[in-house]
Amino acid sequence: MKSPPEAEVRTISNDEPPSRVTEITPVRGWAPLKLRELWAHRELLYFLTWREIKVRYKQTALGVAWAVLQPLFTMAIFTIFFGRLAKMQSDGLPYSVFALTALTPWTFFSNGLTTSSNSLVTNANLITKVYFPRLAIPLAAVFSGGMDFLLSFVLLMAYTLYRGYWPTWNIFWLPGFALLAVVTSLGVGLWLSALNVEYRDVRYTVPFLTQVWLFATPIAYPSSLMHEPWRTVYGLNPMVGVVEGFRWAMLGSGHPPDAMFFVSCLAAVALLISGTFYFRRMERGFADIV
Amino acid sequence: MPNAIEVRGIGKQYRLGATRGDRQYSYKSLRDILTALPRRLFRKSENKQPPMFWALKDIAFDVPAGEVVGLIGRNGAGKSTLLKVLSRVTDPTEGRILLHGRVGSLLEVGTGFHPELTGRENIFMNGAILGMRRAEITRQFDAIVAFAEVEKFIDTAVKHYSSGMYLRLAFAVAAHLEPEILLVDEVLAVGDAAFQKKCLGKMGDVARQGRTIIFVSHNMTALRSLCTRAVWLNEGRVTEDGPSALVVDHYLQKNAASNLESRWDDPDTAPGDHRARLHLARVNVKSERTDQITVDTPIELEFQYWNFTPGAELNISIFLNTLEEVCVFNIASDAAPRPAGLIRHTVQIPGAFLNAGSYYIKLFLVLEQTRVMFAHNNLIAFEVADGPRTGRWYGRIPGVVRPNFAWKSEALGPQADAQAHAR
Repeated sequence: MKSPPEAEVRTISNDEPPSRVTEITPVRGWAPLKLRELWAHRELLYFLTWREIKVRYKQTALGVAWAVLQPLFTMAIFTIFFGRLAKMQSDGLPYSVFALTALTPWTFFSNGLTTSSNSLVTNANLITKVYFPRLAIPLAAVFSGGMDFLLSFVLLMAYTLYRGYWPTWNIFWLPGFALLAVVTSLGVGLWLSALNVEYRDVRYTVPFLTQVWLFATPIAYPSSLMHEPWRTVYGLNPMVGVVEGFRWAMLGSGHPPDAMFFVSCLAAVALLISGTFYFRRMERGFADIV
Repeated sequence: MPNAIEVRGIGKQYRLGATRGDRQYSYKSLRDILTALPRRLFRKSENKQPPMFWALKDIAFDVPAGEVVGLIGRNGAGKSTLLKVLSRVTDPTEGRILLHGRVGSLLEVGTGFHPELTGRENIFMNGAILGMRRAEITRQFDAIVAFAEVEKFIDTAVKHYSSGMYLRLAFAVAAHLEPEILLVDEVLAVGDAAFQKKCLGKMGDVARQGRTIIFVSHNMTALRSLCTRAVWLNEGRVTEDGPSALVVDHYLQKNAASNLESRWDDPDTAPGDHRARLHLARVNVKSERTDQITVDTPIELEFQYWNFTPGAELNISIFLNTLEEVCVFNIASDAAPRPAGLIRHTVQIPGAFLNAGSYYIKLFLVLEQTRVMFAHNNLIAFEVADGPRTGRWYGRIPGVVRPNFAWKSEALGPQADAQAHAR
């Protein structure tokens, strides 16, 4: 028997007050994404994001400064160890500029990944008590990193200007690269958060995963170490496209968006779509097992 | 009245071990999957499915718009699961539900409250989670704050609130939700008496506004007064569905716990402290048939305790309560200096006093008539059955007591009145 779509909400009349019929039936297998319902809950998404931002640095001595300190400290360590001691190549740029430009989107990505993969478990009390599109939770987790990203981006701008790198027209590409980072972070976050509900192993895997991913992304080293066609294959890691894109947009180094960037975009979109479908498939069990 | 809620053949199946009962086993680890793999490869059919059980099965009922329905049943009967299915928190395994109108569910007060946020911020957050639009919250904001009585602290982080303030604020937001269908789970079980009264009052208001409400509670008095109809769930199935007074009575009769004797033989571990410890509490039935207490049976309540402080002025005070938490009476024994050793108190409850129903005894051991040394909240329980009746009425006789007060009935003569009219 073919199951009708789960919890279908259709508006029957638009009179005041709105009269709606909600149908609840079991659904098996792949569920429709129901992005329209998510859109209807955009205010909730806004409040969840806002709460994350508001609460993130409560009761910390340094407060929002952490948003800037994280990439800054990592840059200092990378510059000392990779730049000075290991004499790593940096496409002819000062190593600290080279590293910070990559670390800014990277920090957004890795924080988004970490918070979103834990988001369903930390919000278990919401999931077991109220109905709303569950996609809002990992979405809010990723979006809430946006504020940190903006702050650290201001630092990046200030530092590159200080080091004498003035922006060119390339910089108009930057929102595109940032969007790619959001999509990647969300795609991975959806997969991991849904997996984390059932397999708590994810919680222990995430720090390891982000560490491996960090070194699999040209942050401490330039992607020019690789030659075609391998450089294009390397683009399968969407963060390669993000990081190289940021360097090109901010500093003019490396390549303008090319085949590698295109591959990164495809990989990120594939992650996001598959992640969303997987999430929707697992979603109906969340309240029972979280 | 058109139906607001139509429930058709709802079933909800859980994997055993995936219920709230034993949370720590509820999620799988990769190790479990890996270790199970060889077994699954070699044994094909056996043990393939984990044990399953039906938390809900074949649930069907309709609720006309504007009706207030109580869900009753013991813990684990499926009440909360049914509310979760109705509020779409979890999917049913089978069946179909139609909800006509905007649904608000209140499975917990203060869902989404964050201790670090201020009262104002939490109102918006919680309102959004409960499904209110921002404009709606803004419009209701002053009413919510006034209802919660937290005007002065509205910009203080709620972690600094007293638990009472926190609860009031949380309930205030929920109370200003304006859904056509409201699903409420046991929210009245928290808070002090004044808060509960306020909640019940608000629930009554909501009911009078013609909203449809499904209400889960263990407070039978509240259920009887708020709900016109009750649905009794037992082991995931509907046992009875009908007028609330009737269903609640049947439910209470079925679930009356009799515990005619509680006894502790070790004077070192029995309830109490170094000054005195309980030894025994029991109901002695003072009639030929000792297996049943009816409304006519005289009974004796007996209490024994060890006194370890010679000369301490002790007395006991007992509360006789109905299962619905109504106190029938509170009486205290005489107070006097007691020697060390076992002390016994007995009190007689005559026949023709208590009505049919279930009762339990709460006990205080009191020092110097003023200080409660310790309390036992549910010491013994007994059930009073209806006795043989004279007459032709067999329905339930209302009331907590069933006294046999003397009636005097006399005929004043057929002529007297008639003559008065004739003149």
